[in-house]
Amino acid sequence: MKHRTFFWFILPTFLAMFFFITLPIISVFIQSLHTPHENILISVENCDPFGCKKVTSIDHEATKELKNEKPLGKFVGLDIYLDRGHIALEQVKQHWNNSENFLSFLSLISDLPFYKAIFFTLTFTFTVTPIMLFLGLLIALGVNAINIKLKGLIIFFSLLPMIVTPLIGSIILFWMIDSRGIVGNFLQIIFEDPNLSLKASTSLTWVTLIVYGVWHAIPFSFIVFYAGLQTLPKDQMESAQIDGANTFQQTIHIIIPHIMPLITFVTLMQLMDNFRVFEPIIGFNAEAHATSLSWIIFNDLGGETRQLSAAATSSILTILGIVILLLPVLIKTWREFDFKK
Amino acid sequence: MMFNSNKTNKTSLNSSSIIIYIFIFLWVFLAAFPFIWTFWGSFKVELDFFSIANWTNAITGENTKQTYGSPFTFVAYHGAWVQEEFWRAFINTSLVCFFVVLTSLTIGTLGAYALSRSNYKYTFWLLIMALIFRSMPPITLVAGYLPPFFEWNLWGILPTTIIVLVSINQPFTLWMLHSFFQNIPKELDESAKVDGCSQYKAFGHVIVPVMWPGIITTGLFSFLLAYNDFAVTAMLLSDENRTMVPQIAAFLGTTYTEGNVMFAVAAVVSATVPLFILIMFFQTKIVSGLTQGAVKG
Repeated sequence: MKHRTFFWFILPTFLAMFFFITLPIISVFIQSLHTPHENILISVENCDPFGCKKVTSIDHEATKELKNEKPLGKFVGLDIYLDRGHIALEQVKQHWNNSENFLSFLSLISDLPFYKAIFFTLTFTFTVTPIMLFLGLLIALGVNAINIKLKGLIIFFSLLPMIVTPLIGSIILFWMIDSRGIVGNFLQIIFEDPNLSLKASTSLTWVTLIVYGVWHAIPFSFIVFYAGLQTLPKDQMESAQIDGANTFQQTIHIIIPHIMPLITFVTLMQLMDNFRVFEPIIGFNAEAHATSLSWIIFNDLGGETRQLSAAATSSILTILGIVILLLPVLIKTWREFDFKK
Repeated sequence: MMFNSNKTNKTSLNSSSIIIYIFIFLWVFLAAFPFIWTFWGSFKVELDFFSIANWTNAITGENTKQTYGSPFTFVAYHGAWVQEEFWRAFINTSLVCFFVVLTSLTIGTLGAYALSRSNYKYTFWLLIMALIFRSMPPITLVAGYLPPFFEWNLWGILPTTIIVLVSINQPFTLWMLHSFFQNIPKELDESAKVDGCSQYKAFGHVIVPVMWPGIITTGLFSFLLAYNDFAVTAMLLSDENRTMVPQIAAFLGTTYTEGNVMFAVAAVVSATVPLFILIMFFQTKIVSGLTQGAVKG
């Protein structure tokens, strides 16, 4: 395609992405280096017949003038990155010196808000992804193995957990695990503990969120793997059967290698999606026990005090995290692209 | 689609296939039951939906019968749609989804076509940028939107949110359409050009007609992205312009204190029904969309 034609075709989408993705990223980066101006204070001496008093008050005019002059706020460099709400350099140093071993160091820094969010985000990402891959493959193999006319119906119901709005899906499950809901009720009966509540403890909340994450993600791996199984090399499977390979051996030696590209693909998409985990924390009302990077940003942005600088800093750190996570893929795309020689 | 499963031994049910059946039905049950349960419960009163006395009340609706004389009641729906004006959120969602899908597909199809028919170095960089943008959580951009939107009085209104949703969904749309375009042989454009068409005409008269299945599939996914979004819509829309998902989140805060949890239940069910219908009609398209990306990476 000629450069000129290419330009006109790509222009609208390019402008959209430039103005609403590229520029905002730059703006977020700049905001993360600035902090809002403090109010300028002036002290005035008020004298009356009983003596003079010094009164400190906000100089509204000067403050306003300063804000107009430098609307971004005060330049602070990397200060916000290093403050207690983010990387918390001071506190981490202190904890490092005060802790005897690495485990106690980890438990100390997991009390810092940003590290707490990182720990949950990473735990969520690296537990949900393998579990959903495994269970999705099992279901795909199962559906592939049985000969029933209900396949369409199975796929229909299987799609629900993934297609339904994440916030809504998690709210629905949240109501069910409520101690007055059906799942909560059954758990109390099974464990014979009338006070059992999945919402009360941190570890149970994490388990609940991870179970939700797996439930939400299984359909994706199931559908993709099931489609992959339809293209299995028949002759290989047959000769393996003649050679006496059992189902397990066939799975390991023929099926898994055949769908390996799909496994890589699903893994990547899942790493991306699980890293942004956010809605279930709102839906399960779990912020007391589990926070994620996206939740921190959302929390800073919301409410009466929109803390843009803090949110911007968390955003930049999150973007850095995702880039590190995806570096292998980017390199792979680079190698595979069919450049014009 | 080929079903190579029914080829082999049609022996009677042996133990391993019974296990498979149980496993599959367990999964289908886990996938479907929460929705069926909540749908059923949305016609009950709170004392039945959250049953302290006996969980079977949620099925039979004992307290609902006592209050309204019938085990089914539309009180929760009336409360959500009329009293809490959930219809506003429904209209807002419809507007947002319609315009997001329309705009996304228009500019996305143009862009993806160009990307699939060019292999200069800048094509690669555009695709890589789109991939990076696709992987970033949309919430990370919101801090960049707020100051200019406040400054120019663009915050809180639907058009702004529509444009933002279109833009942050462009990377995904581009990649998906790009993989569909790759499946259309380039010879098709070439032969059209040989016949005297310009590139634009070749696109409009030859490529787009054969692209419809891909466009519809991509449209479904951009609909889902707009419909399901919470983080961006919650941050960019004012209270009266809220779409359904942030409105439900807002319900949760207020209804818990007012004891109107059933309003939220009715709203949640109402927002799920369109998705249910969508899957019913477009199941094969959704499946092909999910696997399309996989096949082409």
